[in-house]
Amino acid sequence: MDLSILWFVIIAVLWTGYLVLEGFDFGVGMLMSFFPRGTREQRESERRVLVNTIGPVWDGNEVWLLTAGGATFAAFPEWYATLFSGFYLPLFIILLALIVRVVAFEYRGKISTPGWSRRFDLMIQVGSWVPAILWGVAFANLVRGVLLDDAHQYVGGFWALLNPFALLGGLTTLVLFLLHGSVFLALKTDGELRARARQFAARLSLAAVVVAGGWAIWAQVAYSVPWTWAAVAVAAACLVGVVITNARGAEGWAFTLSALAMVAAVTLIFGSMFPDVMPGRDGGPSLSIAEATSTDYTLTVMTWVAVILTPVVIAYQSWTYWVFRRRLTSKDLPAPAGLVWKRVREALGGHDEPAVKPADLA
Amino acid sequence: MDVLALARWQFAITTVYHFILVPLTIGLAPLVAGMQTAWVVTKNEKWLRLTKFFGKLLLINFALGVATGIVQEFQFGMTWSEYSRFVGDVFGAPLAMEALAAFFIESTFLGLWIFGWDRLSKKVHLACVWLFALATNLSAFFILSANSWMQHPVGTTFNPETGRAEMESIWAVLGNNTLWAAFPHTITASFLVSGTFICGIATWWMVRLVRSKKPELVELARSTYRPAVVLGAVVMLLSGVGVALSGDVQGKIMYEQQPGKMSAAEALCESTEGAAFSILTVGPLLNPTCDQLTHLIEIPGLASFLGTGHFSGPDSLLPGVDDVQQQMSDKFGATDEAGNPITYTPPLGVSYWSFRLMIGLAAFSAALALWALWATRRGRLSDSRWLSRLAVIALPMPFLACSFGWIFTEVGRQPWVVAPNPTGVDGVWLLTSAGVSTAVPGGVILTSMIVFTVLYAGLGVIWYRLLHRYAIEGVPQVHDESPEARSDDDADRPLSFAY
Repeated sequence: MDLSILWFVIIAVLWTGYLVLEGFDFGVGMLMSFFPRGTREQRESERRVLVNTIGPVWDGNEVWLLTAGGATFAAFPEWYATLFSGFYLPLFIILLALIVRVVAFEYRGKISTPGWSRRFDLMIQVGSWVPAILWGVAFANLVRGVLLDDAHQYVGGFWALLNPFALLGGLTTLVLFLLHGSVFLALKTDGELRARARQFAARLSLAAVVVAGGWAIWAQVAYSVPWTWAAVAVAAACLVGVVITNARGAEGWAFTLSALAMVAAVTLIFGSMFPDVMPGRDGGPSLSIAEATSTDYTLTVMTWVAVILTPVVIAYQSWTYWVFRRRLTSKDLPAPAGLVWKRVREALGGHDEPAVKPADLA
Repeated sequence: MDVLALARWQFAITTVYHFILVPLTIGLAPLVAGMQTAWVVTKNEKWLRLTKFFGKLLLINFALGVATGIVQEFQFGMTWSEYSRFVGDVFGAPLAMEALAAFFIESTFLGLWIFGWDRLSKKVHLACVWLFALATNLSAFFILSANSWMQHPVGTTFNPETGRAEMESIWAVLGNNTLWAAFPHTITASFLVSGTFICGIATWWMVRLVRSKKPELVELARSTYRPAVVLGAVVMLLSGVGVALSGDVQGKIMYEQQPGKMSAAEALCESTEGAAFSILTVGPLLNPTCDQLTHLIEIPGLASFLGTGHFSGPDSLLPGVDDVQQQMSDKFGATDEAGNPITYTPPLGVSYWSFRLMIGLAAFSAALALWALWATRRGRLSDSRWLSRLAVIALPMPFLACSFGWIFTEVGRQPWVVAPNPTGVDGVWLLTSAGVSTAVPGGVILTSMIVFTVLYAGLGVIWYRLLHRYAIEGVPQVHDESPEARSDDDADRPLSFAY
């Protein structure tokens, strides 16, 4: 088998890993905007439950993106250069979103004042909504094709990326991630939260069938090849399966099926691009796998690395999910461990003299 | 400003910012792992308290390092796409390996460490922090192998058909002598940063508690902060020696591989035997030319020794910047494709001062280490206000030294982004001006540069205030949360730590 085609598949697999894993933590992040209910205290504790369902794993999930990026650089430098410089603005906005999101997860609990967590919650939300939409826009544009010149430079400009097909693609990833996140939440919580998450997933799964189904058929009819109908069919079946399993309360199955829907979506996207990595548009040139690839030597080296390390990575990441498999409720959470800005703990265990005057420390 | 200047500023700002955070993580992670090991082995609670205290500071720092790290990978493609096209076949491999071999371990096992205190047995939990610590160092190895290749391209040929550098041997790339000099230098510098961090904070606490004159607080200083002071000081001394030795090796390699860089660092205009190391040079700060500089204080022969290992004689000959310019012009042409003359000498002012600041700022660590060790000899404590002040002043210095080290490394390579290998790889070199993206308008880069700078500055303020707040809180009260120490009733408790 031609190694460059193998690496096209590996990169598709890495993106699948990223969208399946970070998909649900984007979903949970977005749910923080409107899922928590009740009094201010109840809302805060529900938000903490949401953050903690993904707490131990979101960082590992994000590494799939870094690996997909690094693998593209190593295996298809020409693709990496054309794609990243061509999609500069959307990627820049995604980067900003991911930066504030990473920081917000780690810092929101560090200081225990309502204003502090509110600000970081906002950062988590922005950091989840924005990439959830923009990844869809970016991938839809790859399916649709982009305007390249003979030197493989993207010449379409920023506004051309915001076409109706791509915007519907953005809506598709948005709905899919939201669904994936709420199914995950139903799987990871208990009691009233679990019931509510399930109810939410029920509504979203219907929306997902319509939106994602609509986009997939559009993509299939306008831009794809016959065999990817299979992917469209699998995706549709999975989403319908989510509706059914979710209604029955089989959260494990519902989550598996929404993950499989994502796998099918990536299959459709990469299947319709093949054998190009960036299909051209309006009669302009395309960038093919053969033109974008690294040398056989580099691909051989990278194949060895991937063959040895990928199973190991999958093994220990799975183990993490196993270690933290228990369901959470707001009753389970320990009291917030964060400090307060002003009050420094009185000298070590209740001695009378205040340890430090804040003025001394500036 | 043109696209090239903007792209360079953006890369410099994001990279220097990122690398303020990275050395602390690289050095502190193994030290925290060591503290936790001491707790598991000795069962002495002070080590658990120190693990939790410095662990919290490590996490605050790590989060921002991760956040800014994504930008580092993406901007090669976004802002430096022509560079990526030229080097991708070689340069992409270590980056992908870093993600696959190191980042996954780091992020996964850090999650297990943070949330796993009550879920994993003591030994497995300890293994998690060690895996995290080793992976941060492994990550440094891969990223330095990529960077060292830009400094000294090996294992590569130029393919005229594809117009790019192509890898011939991954073992040559990973065995690059530039890498094996840079890696120990970076790692020991990182330990210097984290040793200073631990020693500085612990010393400040020790002095404060001793000055309170309350017996129980003095006892806390003796039992808990003093060991941290000693640990930090020993790490500083050992790593300080390592930094100097590895830096010396690097200097000699640099002299062979990039003579212009060393000459610029010395502001050495003409080729000289037994060249002196100047401690103070005056002249215009920004873009001085050779004849505008006056060396005021000099140590005879030292510059030659740093570069060649000889103080005097023909072997000690250092090439001056004018000769380097001449040789490079003869070999690579006096003008670029657009017909502009090429300056083969890196900016003198930046090279000269960043090199000296890199060395000079580290001296604060040495002073603190020696004084702290003296003050704590044979079980003593110290209440010296001046020691406490030095502890605080020394804290930021090795961070800055690292930054200046990178500024020197990267600026000193100019005008090359991939410096030519003097020992023979033909065609594998790239001028920085040829590496920048051509498809991205300057206004877009300007916008992103401003937004990144403002965002990073805001996050930097939060980072600093959190570190400061947690540092002045002192070591926390702790209890053993490991599954072994718990009654079975709690076994189903989902989390003892939560965001």
